[in-house]
Amino acid sequence: MNKNKISKLDKKMDKIKEKEEKGLLKEQKMNRTLRKFLNNKLAVIGLFILLAITFSSIFAPIICRYEPGKIDLRNALKPPSRAHIFGTDKLGKDVFARVLYGGRISILVGFGSGIGSAIIGVLIGSYAGYKGGWFDKTFLRISEVLIAFPQIILVLLLVTIVGQSLWNLLFIFILTGWAPMYRMARARMLSIREEEYVQALKAFGVSDFVICYKHMLPNAIGPIVINITLSTAMFILEETSLSFLGLGVPLNLPTWGNILYAAQNISILRNNWWIWLPPGIMISLFVLGLNFVGDGLRDAFDPTYQG
Amino acid sequence: MINDSILSVNNLSVYIYANQRCNKAVQNVSFEVKKGKILGMIGESGCGKSITASAIMQLLPELARIEEGEIIFHDDDGDIRIDKLEKNGSEMRKIRGEKITMIFQDPMTALNPVYTVGFQIMESLKHHLNMSKKQAKDRAIELLREMGIPSPERRVDEYPHQYSGGMRQRAMIAMAMACNPKLLIADEPTTAIDVTIQAQIFELMLKLQNQYNMTIMLITHDMGVIAELADDVVVMYMGSIVENGSIDEILMKAAHPYTKALLKCIPILGKGKSQELEPIKGTTPDPYDRPKGCQFYPRCDYATDKCLEVPETYYISETHSVKCWHYMRVLENE
Amino acid sequence: MNNSNNVLIKLRDVKIYFPIFKGVFKRAVGYVKAVNGVDLDIYQGETLGLVGESGSGKTTLGKGILQLLKISSGEVTYKFNGEEKNLKSLSDEEMFEARKRMQIVFQDPYSTLNPALTIFNQLQDPLKKFGVKSKSKRREILEHLLEEVNMPKESLNHYPNEFSGGQRQRIGIARALSLSPNFIVLDEATSALDVSIQAQVLKLLSSLKEERDLTYLFITHNLSVAEYFCDRIAVMYLGKIVEISTAEEIYNNPLHPYSKALISAIPVVDPQSKFDRKRIILEGDVPDPANPPSGCPFHPRCKEVMEECKYNIPELKKLLKNAKGHYVSCHLYKDEFTKK
Repeated sequence: MNKNKISKLDKKMDKIKEKEEKGLLKEQKMNRTLRKFLNNKLAVIGLFILLAITFSSIFAPIICRYEPGKIDLRNALKPPSRAHIFGTDKLGKDVFARVLYGGRISILVGFGSGIGSAIIGVLIGSYAGYKGGWFDKTFLRISEVLIAFPQIILVLLLVTIVGQSLWNLLFIFILTGWAPMYRMARARMLSIREEEYVQALKAFGVSDFVICYKHMLPNAIGPIVINITLSTAMFILEETSLSFLGLGVPLNLPTWGNILYAAQNISILRNNWWIWLPPGIMISLFVLGLNFVGDGLRDAFDPTYQG
Repeated sequence: MINDSILSVNNLSVYIYANQRCNKAVQNVSFEVKKGKILGMIGESGCGKSITASAIMQLLPELARIEEGEIIFHDDDGDIRIDKLEKNGSEMRKIRGEKITMIFQDPMTALNPVYTVGFQIMESLKHHLNMSKKQAKDRAIELLREMGIPSPERRVDEYPHQYSGGMRQRAMIAMAMACNPKLLIADEPTTAIDVTIQAQIFELMLKLQNQYNMTIMLITHDMGVIAELADDVVVMYMGSIVENGSIDEILMKAAHPYTKALLKCIPILGKGKSQELEPIKGTTPDPYDRPKGCQFYPRCDYATDKCLEVPETYYISETHSVKCWHYMRVLENE
Repeated sequence: MNNSNNVLIKLRDVKIYFPIFKGVFKRAVGYVKAVNGVDLDIYQGETLGLVGESGSGKTTLGKGILQLLKISSGEVTYKFNGEEKNLKSLSDEEMFEARKRMQIVFQDPYSTLNPALTIFNQLQDPLKKFGVKSKSKRREILEHLLEEVNMPKESLNHYPNEFSGGQRQRIGIARALSLSPNFIVLDEATSALDVSIQAQVLKLLSSLKEERDLTYLFITHNLSVAEYFCDRIAVMYLGKIVEISTAEEIYNNPLHPYSKALISAIPVVDPQSKFDRKRIILEGDVPDPANPPSGCPFHPRCKEVMEECKYNIPELKKLLKNAKGHYVSCHLYKDEFTKK
């Protein structure tokens, strides 16, 4: 087994050597990070899954034959067939259409809160990490409270205060979810702050905002992008569990979580697998894809990991 | 002639295959390490000196490979072809602990911070020499004392972070010396420490050579370190050995333009402003876009069209060899 | 040269302490006395070498002069247009002016440039701040500067990872020059470079000094380079200057036992002198700057220690017999100091 692996590596080396000697290998035009990412099979599969699901959700009106909210009581609880490939639910709504349309909202909530919390967390975190002092201390304490408090309870509390709606949910997710992003950005900036180029800019008296956001922030972009993919996965799961409890997006809008809400009924869980299995699989695939992409990005951004 | 060397390296080439490219880091390198002597290997960053050392220890990174050549360790009971041994086989591991050991620039990477220094020395004693715990501890204390660590009875139970920089270096040497190795490879052993501490370590290395008849292969970029310690010198540039000779031959009768230029661009203490530094023009070439023939010719004052061919090795004396077409001109032009 | 009218920067009893925080409430339990009372005059147009081992406080002092680190006590004065100004009491406007005149070149060629921005993008902001409004004008100035440090002007559009260590260091020098300073701190500016490149950069620095009439504070641990490059050398040990004199004096006639040991410890590339030198090997390591020894900071390692050294802190005083100005802080020479 070991022998086999070595010879495979040897073969790869021989190939490179041959090309190098012929002068075929020119300086790599493609960005090294991108090339390492594309060489990672799992990451590419993950990216493919994400794009496939996202695009079919976006183009749902073209793909689906049925409206997601169209009630057809004569065809209620039909198993998958040629007419309804994922079957129908107990009001006769087409499950396939609902899964695709549901994807639109779920992905919007996931990416929206992922990016939204990243913007807030990074903007505050990088300045706090660079500047330190009372500004840093204040936000550090707030973030500690947010992280220590069970998030689901916080969300429940906020839902009862501001009410249930798609935009409120996004708002709540961003409000409760920026803390980890803040801490990550702050930690990165703390180490970048010691770099000599930052000292040089300080010696010129260049303004803090320019140093922080123009010069330092681009060096933290790697971990930020990784964190966005991973936190998006987390928000999608959170939306699902909230909607499953009936507290997420209002039930009249189809989301993956709202479709699963139907599976609270024990007889549906037992007898009508086609209602809850497709959204379940969609969620798993999408989250899995995000995690693959996140891991791939982490390896690609890691300079010690050779490709 | 053969009998007085402990390690022979013949026509060694090592290529590195990182980032889908092939870097010919070491090309056709041959040298001998003489018993009981200090061989200094000098070169600037990227010249392949550390890669050569890793190849001898079979500690090359995964994406590097010995392409050709042989590394022969002359043991008391016969020769061992190190390049033929399996990278992590039991034979190689035995050689690494008992025959050849290596010390590094940064002692903190070689010492494990969660174990006491004594424990780490005792580990290898117990493993390689089958000592009992009591014996191993006594030997560890003795070793620390020999390396000049004050109150070793107490220090043996301390952790690396409780040692100062110079003492860590000594502890690492003590660890390397634990099983009486035949050859010690020191990779930039004093680069990270201050000159006054460096002087202490020099003293220690000379003591090892004189009292224990240690053979040391010293890798450095600092001509001063070479001048102080080495008996023989190997000068490397861009993966090849350009000149090889005794310390006096290299310092006084340098025959390769690179060696000569290198000596001329170092300020010498005591000569002050009166000395004229002559920088070597240009920069070291891109390892993926090497010049044809002699690697040094684009920066060389003696270069001619002849230099587009790889130069042969000329012997000036029995010990002094040089890889340059124009070594006669270099020697004449004192 | 030692005319006091020519003093560009004057340090008086400068101390830079860093608090050590410990415990749950992060109370300061002590101070690292990185710079512990330094008096120093830097003359207009000279190259002053500041030599010492790690932990001696030489880099801290350099950054302190540029106000990159807060000075705990003492004063730094800087001569503006013939007028001495205390850097601590400058108005914002004056500080703005001062920033233009004092710059720094760093040690690490890899951390000195920002890997995420092109050279132009990271070098233009200081110019923008100091009133060069048009982008093309800024580009023109930077192109000119790069040519001055022997770099092609196209370098502006490239990222730092496309350059070698020596080239990055040149760009770092160009950045320091961008506002035409007259004082530059070279913080181990050539230490991380290969020797063949180091010589190129040293030559460049000397020619820039000639052309632009610069004053350098050259911080280094390498005495051979300092002796070659500097007019005067100050030797630092544990936050204090123990000896200052001209470069030749320091080498030929070192007085402080630490300077003697330091010079003897330096390996010399000269086969003739190898055997007739007597090396002084110092015992032990540099003490912890948070807890310096009483009396003379060097006394625990000193070969010529006297009873007095353990209690009395020696002052940096000028030797009477030497007209060139040789200052040393050591009790061994108390009979040779001028009486004040």
